[in-house]
Amino acid sequence: MAAEDVVITGIGLVSCLGEGADTHWSALASGALSPVVDTATFPPYSFHPLPEIDWNTQIPKRSDQRQMELWQRLGTYTAGLALDDAGIKADKDLLSRTDMIIAAGGGERDEAVDEAILAASETRDDRDMLLNEKLTTDLRPTLFLAQLSNLLAGNISIVHNVTGSSRTFMGEEGAGVAALATALSRIASGQSKITLVGGAFQSAYRSMILGHALGRHLHAGPWKPLWQRGDSEGGGMVPGSGGAFLVLESRSHAEDRGARIYARLAKVLAERTHAGNPDRAGTLGRLLDAALPGSDETLVISGASGARQALEAERAVFAARPGLRPRGMATGVGHLQEAQFPFAVALAALALDKSQAYPPFEAAEPASTAAPAAALATMVGHVSGEGVALVEREA
Amino acid sequence: MGGADLRQETAATEAIAEAGLGGDFGGPLFLASPPVEIGWNDRFALYATGSGASGYDRILDAASRLTDTAIEETTLFASIADRLADRFGATGIPVTLSTACASGATAIQLGVEAIRRGETDRALAIGADGSATAEALIRFSLLSALSTQNANPAKASKPFSKDRDGFVMSEGAAALVLESLDSAVARGATVLGILKGCGEKADDFHRTRSKPDGSPAIAAVSAALADAGIGADRIDYVNAHGTSTPENDKMEHLSLSTVFGERMKTLPISSNKSMIGHTLSAAGAIEAAFSLMTMREGVIPPTINHDNPDPAIELDVVPNVKRSADVATVLSNSFGFGGQNACLVLAREAG
Repeated sequence: MAAEDVVITGIGLVSCLGEGADTHWSALASGALSPVVDTATFPPYSFHPLPEIDWNTQIPKRSDQRQMELWQRLGTYTAGLALDDAGIKADKDLLSRTDMIIAAGGGERDEAVDEAILAASETRDDRDMLLNEKLTTDLRPTLFLAQLSNLLAGNISIVHNVTGSSRTFMGEEGAGVAALATALSRIASGQSKITLVGGAFQSAYRSMILGHALGRHLHAGPWKPLWQRGDSEGGGMVPGSGGAFLVLESRSHAEDRGARIYARLAKVLAERTHAGNPDRAGTLGRLLDAALPGSDETLVISGASGARQALEAERAVFAARPGLRPRGMATGVGHLQEAQFPFAVALAALALDKSQAYPPFEAAEPASTAAPAAALATMVGHVSGEGVALVEREA
Repeated sequence: MGGADLRQETAATEAIAEAGLGGDFGGPLFLASPPVEIGWNDRFALYATGSGASGYDRILDAASRLTDTAIEETTLFASIADRLADRFGATGIPVTLSTACASGATAIQLGVEAIRRGETDRALAIGADGSATAEALIRFSLLSALSTQNANPAKASKPFSKDRDGFVMSEGAAALVLESLDSAVARGATVLGILKGCGEKADDFHRTRSKPDGSPAIAAVSAALADAGIGADRIDYVNAHGTSTPENDKMEHLSLSTVFGERMKTLPISSNKSMIGHTLSAAGAIEAAFSLMTMREGVIPPTINHDNPDPAIELDVVPNVKRSADVATVLSNSFGFGGQNACLVLAREAG
């Protein structure tokens, strides 16, 4: 049986630049990109905050909103944008057959409870007792559900009635790559007809960026565009807040229901450089060459997080391939972790839909001269995992 | 390396050795495991070394002074699967996944799907959970999910009993080497059983409770049977999810009664969780291994602690004592918070 074409029929995006595919296209294609950066909340670190969001438009029940913390609300909201964009939001029958693969980390902690425990630890040595006492009495009973990784998917089921299947991949940027790769191969092979895939990340809580701080990945000092962060203070990553969801479906399924097609998702290649082998540039180069051989001018949406070692690997790979026109999306929206790769693929699809490449997001990026017929999305995870997607323009 | 890491590495080493595979595994890895977080010991230690402000500001300050970034690894969801992938030579990006208490079954399903797509001849599916910490216990307890019958802990897990009142958290791991039948036969491997069908269905009713009509669980069981290409009459035994919570056992009975009809009153069904507790993310993988052993050994494991049957649950739960039986086909159920329902159909022989 011939593999089915897999097409992108819905895009949901939220970032500091705003919400929706059109808003992002306008901001990123304008040539006058002005990211929103919060430098005051966690000095010396900066992050990209969420735009103002009217949650009611995608999560109508207050009781549902209350059951989630910010990360799950954001993901559920962005998933709703994608379903709306695909024109299937009200089609309960189709939603009951729609599969779902979510790339997720963990949810927010109750920082007030944690901080009360930490404060008490200054005067008490019986820490096991302290934890028992405080956690048992102070934790909100349903907070656990707002923290569980798979409950973003659970909330999407509850709020949007997506119930074909529900799988949650964890594992930072690689989870986003694996989620898209799995969704693509399932549809291409006939295991699924239509799949909602994506993720969300928010940086407004200290506990959410703690891991990046512990790894010394966070950029410190004044904000700079992505490719300028190589020798700056700190690790080069500016976390973002946002989400990206895509509706993928087989071409025949999309055409049968008269769906608007943004672009074709032709390939998603996923690799992981062995921990004993530092040559992540070699891995990315191999994936790029396998995804799209040749030296033609090609738009590349780079999901580079800014984390130093990974950033330098990508810089080297792009420098060795002068046909590539890399656009570091982190300059505009920051680093969205699990959602970064789905976001990059969405931006690639938008450019193909518009038949127009993005102008450079910063001076270091070479200008494009031609309308793109194909575009690549790249991911070199801040610690591990490499991925490349090939997205092709519809005829 | 923590206890859970050791358990999954041990389980995977055993599984790969039993499969008779040497060298690099050469297929994808699917790891069902719980979400990770920095532990309280590290939080306390960082807090003690930070200076200035309080709370998380002080922890962030301490983090900025660390010269050793090893602690970051404990916050990375990918790190355990990455290490296992390196250790065993798995291909691609290893997938760490969660479908809550159905995770182990989902790991197997992902492996089965990859093999069916022809992407690989084999896949390594691992379910592992080592999350029995104070905070995890308190979280489940606050949701009223745990048994509080602590007087005799060995009797606390009593699936399908009238006085069941919650599950008993436990830790464990299982690893399965999945392989296309052609590949296994070609290399002369011992086939331990056939993964005949997988089915799943999400529930949009509530975060912790099932739709009252049981339709999502019914759909998951039916999808697994359809995927296996067999009717319900071919199932000889059900390896229950059987958590011992009032809600799960009631809904599992309702769902199965709908699919199997009158036959459900006499079809053997038992819960491994009566003996080993609820291994959460690992349960689906461990119970798939139990199911394979049930068929190979011709022995159905009992539901122990079944002293007080629930009259509303008319089932042959294989009470208290194991039973010899010729079992050719098993249905294994896994259900989880967040509307997760995943079912597997396993068979003793191909065909």
